[in-house]
Amino acid sequence: MSAAEEALGSDDAVPLSLRGPASTRVVAGYGFWLFLLSDIIIFAALFAAYAVLSGESAGGPTAADLFDKRHVLIETACLLASSVTCGFGSLAVQSGDRTSTYFWMTITFILGATFLSLEVSEFSHMLSIGAGPSRSAFLSAFFTLVGTHGLHVTIGLCWLVVMLLQVATLGFRPMVSRRFFCFGLFWHALDIVWIGVFTIVYLGAHL
Amino acid sequence: MLGRLSWAAIPFDVPVVMIAAGSVGLIIFCVLALVTVKGWWPYLWREWITSVDHKRIGVMYLGLALLMLVRGFSDAMLMRSQLALAAGHAQGYLPPEHYDQIFSAHGTIMIFFVAMPFVIGLMNFVLPLQLGVRDVAFPVLNSIGFWLSAAGVLLVNVSLVVGEFARTGWLAYPPLSEVAYSPGVGVDYYLWSLQISGLGTLLSGINLTTTILKLRAPGMGYRQMPIFCWTALASNLLIVASFPILTATFAMLLLDRYCGFHFFTNDLGGNPMMYINLIWSWGHPEVYILILPAFGVFSEVVATFSGKPLFGRRSMVMATMVICVLSFLVWLHHFFTMGAGADVNAFFGVMTMIIAVPTGVKIFNWLFTLYGGRIRFTVPIYWAVGFMVTFVIGGMTGVLMAIPPADFVLHNSLFLIAHFHNVAIGGVVFGVMAGISYWFPKAFGFTLNERLGKAVFWCWFIGFYLAFMPLYVLGLMGATRRMQHYSNLHWQPLMLVALAGALLILLGIALTGVQLAVSIRQRERNRDLTGDPWNGRTLEWSTPSPPPVWNFSHLPQVDRADAFWAMKQQRGTAQDRNLERTYRAIQVPRNNPTGFFLAFCAVLLGFSLIWRIWWGAGLGLLGAIVVCLIQAWRTDGEIEVPAEKIAAFERLHGPKESAV
Repeated sequence: MSAAEEALGSDDAVPLSLRGPASTRVVAGYGFWLFLLSDIIIFAALFAAYAVLSGESAGGPTAADLFDKRHVLIETACLLASSVTCGFGSLAVQSGDRTSTYFWMTITFILGATFLSLEVSEFSHMLSIGAGPSRSAFLSAFFTLVGTHGLHVTIGLCWLVVMLLQVATLGFRPMVSRRFFCFGLFWHALDIVWIGVFTIVYLGAHL
Repeated sequence: MLGRLSWAAIPFDVPVVMIAAGSVGLIIFCVLALVTVKGWWPYLWREWITSVDHKRIGVMYLGLALLMLVRGFSDAMLMRSQLALAAGHAQGYLPPEHYDQIFSAHGTIMIFFVAMPFVIGLMNFVLPLQLGVRDVAFPVLNSIGFWLSAAGVLLVNVSLVVGEFARTGWLAYPPLSEVAYSPGVGVDYYLWSLQISGLGTLLSGINLTTTILKLRAPGMGYRQMPIFCWTALASNLLIVASFPILTATFAMLLLDRYCGFHFFTNDLGGNPMMYINLIWSWGHPEVYILILPAFGVFSEVVATFSGKPLFGRRSMVMATMVICVLSFLVWLHHFFTMGAGADVNAFFGVMTMIIAVPTGVKIFNWLFTLYGGRIRFTVPIYWAVGFMVTFVIGGMTGVLMAIPPADFVLHNSLFLIAHFHNVAIGGVVFGVMAGISYWFPKAFGFTLNERLGKAVFWCWFIGFYLAFMPLYVLGLMGATRRMQHYSNLHWQPLMLVALAGALLILLGIALTGVQLAVSIRQRERNRDLTGDPWNGRTLEWSTPSPPPVWNFSHLPQVDRADAFWAMKQQRGTAQDRNLERTYRAIQVPRNNPTGFFLAFCAVLLGFSLIWRIWWGAGLGLLGAIVVCLIQAWRTDGEIEVPAEKIAAFERLHGPKESAV
């Protein structure tokens, strides 16, 4: 944005809030933080619904009957590891290193896709034993909360593919690195939400 | 092939609907024909539809809201006339199932498609100008937000002709809104139109919050920020924090309806009261999303037309932010009758009384600003004074209902209806009307006709009292909301008075149209050549009316609140100020049709989902993804306005040396 060029500059004596319009990079990042905040509030509502309904199994399977701790542990490991590789990838984007961007981001994609396939296998197993979302209010809340997280991971994977294509076609221009920065924020935020899911849904089931 | 859609969906047998739809269709056809014959399409496409200029988008939001005000108000007229007739043995002319749709549509439209676009439109237009910057943080996103709201509007209006609207009230409480009791498409129309426009609102909230916090003229810290910007900040923070709750809640209800989930059903462990809690933890902040910017407008108007700085600016900011936080702690007062127990009800009753305190602080601030001022009685100040009187009454009836035992008596009565119209009309509508007449000359370069403006005010003001004071009384006499017929003939005289009030408001709305037409005809007489028709205090008045695309040729340098007032005071002493005559090229965002195309896809997606036309839904989603991808590969987002063009503009419209 042109307005940024007329900012007072980075004179340290002037407080940040008085320096005039912020740079495009700061503005884009800040806006995306706000978006993530609103996204996390969607999850907060779903967590609240799960907390209210988690005991309402209506005579059907309960949380303790259904969840396999080891399965979830592998899922969690994949997702957390993907956050690390995403971090390396972001560093590669910052230094404009195309090869290692592709390398780290491909690993991120594979880890994310593994997480997702594990989740799909868990869901299909539950559906096959008659523990689908319409069985009880507890299962409705479970599938919605975990499924919404899964949907976010899916969107994240699509976004990652688009970003790699953008690097391939447009190179590391400021617009592309800004978007990669936002992708990184998004991916890490999904980790944070997952830690909530892991603790409240899966560990909570075995309390 | 077409899901549930068939010719049976169109109510050929209901004359009221067919006449309304026919005349609306005719008007739309005539407008489109006129635009085509006159060859205005290229102009509309270039200057409005694809525009990402915050001023244009703001004006379009206001136009949309005015249009929907007419729609929402016709629903109100239908209800008032039905209730004036349907006493004793008379049944009126609206059968219950139709009447239920009308009050549901009235509430939904007035909150989501009138009040919201009014308030967002004002903020969109004013904020960058008051902050002394060239645009909002994300101009393209701004356009997308507007067009998604328009998509929601379109879906709601389609429900008038194709199918039906919800019969559930404006918040669609389950279990009534579940498939078991509302198997038709009415609730689906409600849910999808609000999901789509809600996304637009969220995007606009993120955009405006970022704008206020990250884009301000050099030297404008939080202490120097105009008060309207503060109230807009609080309002947009509330949008970011509360609209996701609405989205999540509606998503759960949609899953219940479409996929057989059990969030809010009566069976298999579902919990309908959870919906009521969730929806009101969005709904109460929503009240403040609407009223806080109106408070901001009144603060600007009262200070400007009293010729004084706002009294107690700091306490005004504090009160605004306290309301912003407390608005999340009072939601349960909407359903004290849930049976949460005395302790819970007492907590929320007390919180509700506490939140009235900062609002009271504001009233005193405005009063003390007026006190000792040289008040100019223009149209905006009429609205402001009318607001203060009316809003205090509405606030007091609100505090009355904050007492849980009293609420048990008044819950769902016409007393409640009178209360929230008292604050919604007396607060939000009056505020928006004040804002429109205050900033109109900035947007269009000429002032509105004052005489007609005052006539509009008196129609609304007296009309409001006639229409709603009887409802307080009727509520105390036991009349409930959402009733289509009553047997107690003693209520009828008051219902007739309420109808008379509604007719007076109708006259006010019609006079607004007349006022616009007359003002446009007289525009040469009422041109605003200075850019500062009211002797204003904030930066929007320092740029010509209407402002150029780039708003400010030089970003203003700010060192205090009421920055423009200070500049005008200094200009007398420091002659050389503001005589900078060199200009640099400015980057402005290029026109972008992404928002329009996304809205098109959203309408296709929403309509297909409502009627279960799955291929159409797939097509809409695919279209939206393609549009987003095309936008992602656009690299020509900005164009440069050359320095010569800016210099030429300033020579024509800029501050004249003689005026200095």
